[in-house]
Amino acid sequence: MSDLTRSTAADIAAALADGSTTSVEVTQQHLDRIGAVDDRIHAYLHVDAEGALATAADVDRRREAGESLHGLAGVPIAVKDVLTTTGLPTTCGSKMLEGWIPPYDSTVVAKLKAAGLPILGKTNMDEFAMGSSTEHSAYGPTRNPWDTDRIPGGSGGGSAAAVAAFEAPLAVGTDTGGSIRQPGAVTGTVGVKPTYGGVSRYGLVAMASSLDQAGPVTRTVLDAALLHEVIGGHDPRDSTSLNVPVPPVVAAARRADVAGLRIGVVTELGGEGFQPGVRQRFEESIELLAKAGAEIVEVSCPSFAHGLAAYYLVMPSEVSSNLAKFDAMRYGLRVAPEGIDGPSAEQVMAASRDAGFGDEVKRRIILGTYALSSGYYDAYYGSAQKVRTLIARDFEAAFEKVDVLASPTSPTVAWPLGEKLDDPLAMYAQDIATIPANLAGVPGISLPIGLSDGLPVGMQFLAPAMADDRLYNAGAALERFIAERDGRPFAAQAPELEVAR
Amino acid sequence: MSSPEISRDDVAHLASLARIDLSESELDRLGAELPAILDYVQVVQQAAGDDVPAMSHPVPVTNVFRPDEVTPSLTPEAALAGAPASEEQRFLVPKILGEE
Repeated sequence: MSDLTRSTAADIAAALADGSTTSVEVTQQHLDRIGAVDDRIHAYLHVDAEGALATAADVDRRREAGESLHGLAGVPIAVKDVLTTTGLPTTCGSKMLEGWIPPYDSTVVAKLKAAGLPILGKTNMDEFAMGSSTEHSAYGPTRNPWDTDRIPGGSGGGSAAAVAAFEAPLAVGTDTGGSIRQPGAVTGTVGVKPTYGGVSRYGLVAMASSLDQAGPVTRTVLDAALLHEVIGGHDPRDSTSLNVPVPPVVAAARRADVAGLRIGVVTELGGEGFQPGVRQRFEESIELLAKAGAEIVEVSCPSFAHGLAAYYLVMPSEVSSNLAKFDAMRYGLRVAPEGIDGPSAEQVMAASRDAGFGDEVKRRIILGTYALSSGYYDAYYGSAQKVRTLIARDFEAAFEKVDVLASPTSPTVAWPLGEKLDDPLAMYAQDIATIPANLAGVPGISLPIGLSDGLPVGMQFLAPAMADDRLYNAGAALERFIAERDGRPFAAQAPELEVAR
Repeated sequence: MSSPEISRDDVAHLASLARIDLSESELDRLGAELPAILDYVQVVQQAAGDDVPAMSHPVPVTNVFRPDEVTPSLTPEAALAGAPASEEQRFLVPKILGEE
């Protein structure tokens, strides 16, 4: 039996369809891989072997009976622990929700279940998706499979590392300021933040409601497109969900033709603060695209310079409001304050929130409370919202000239665990290239384009809202050029993890 | 523009507004960190003129309605399953009003 953990989701789906493997077989192989390596990676917070194998057996039985199945039926998947799952814990990486089993499925998870994808488990993340390294998880950090002394990015380091370490062929992440794309860049995987409103947020535990978006985490661009089609689409239970068809992302990934495509290199995203190795790989990739007939132009988006500052006001403001629901009354942690007899609900709430939230969550709630407080609202939250308008206008102007924009995804490769933990601003600066897309609601993809000092470098394409298909077209083309240059698919370069026996 | 003034007492006040019972050491640390973060983010104040409208959301959202029809919802048992305490199909909470 061949090792299907190294296969793409598309190839696994084909093997399932032609009967050369079963979902139970491929799911068991991934569970075995998790058992062999996850003590070193810690991509998963919870593994559901029983549930995944039950789904797999059901899909196999239905296939045997000749039922018409979804194209990805039987292909296992990992889900970031910020999406609710009935019967499985959903902790958001926080002590606040330790042991919480949601009474309902998020729409994304409901769609995965309806399509017959066995859910291998829930993946690690920075607490409530706040962070760029997964070190803010209350359950310990995830490690980068390329170098286990380094961070896997964040907040979705678990989903990215699971896919990078061949512990899942597919995963779902969420991206508020780069939490799908930056982990993708530093783990050598593919991550897509769809257009805001393209994927339902129902059951996605909200961090910043006007920025959050769930999307695919995979090893190839085509696999991301296949997963995008499963989870995308209108949902009446999310009032910000767009009532339009899912863009033709799979067809675009198969087309992979950049001849005549106008690609804008963003002046503001790639200069100072970007490591030379990152810039070099990026410039080589642009050359590959130009050689294939893409028209490369430089585009200035001057307001992007203020994106990071605007984001670190808009996001914490929404955080302070959204996380008010963790009040120790209806679900989640409740602790009694010390030294108070018969404490009030408010005192219990304050003690529980101190005990249940970690440092980064508290920092952002306090910052957001300040930004929204009387007397400061206009100067901070109000001004940040205006910057958001300017950034959206920069995108509009840019997309009049070009079809897609391009930049390095992250200014650096993966850094050593702990390096930025005591410097919040240095950690925040990692999101500089990914944030503008969230502020404007446009889609973005990150894909691996090579190595710098043995660590993956990612490149980002951005497209106009609801033109997600352009990302897949450009991404799949570049992916092919990189593989042709290297003589093998990027994922084949991943170092072997020692397998425990 | 001068650096934002934010004292340790201000942080304590914000923490009480946010209902987080921060420890003394947490107040010390945030009292040092917040001014640095605010110093960085305050560039937004010079970035846009008065004529620039605020953007609260990437998609222009208007009211979204659905038909007023009964659909299946959580059972009381499911809704209460995660509650720290419950009684007679209700959430059991600490006292809400003070003694005085």
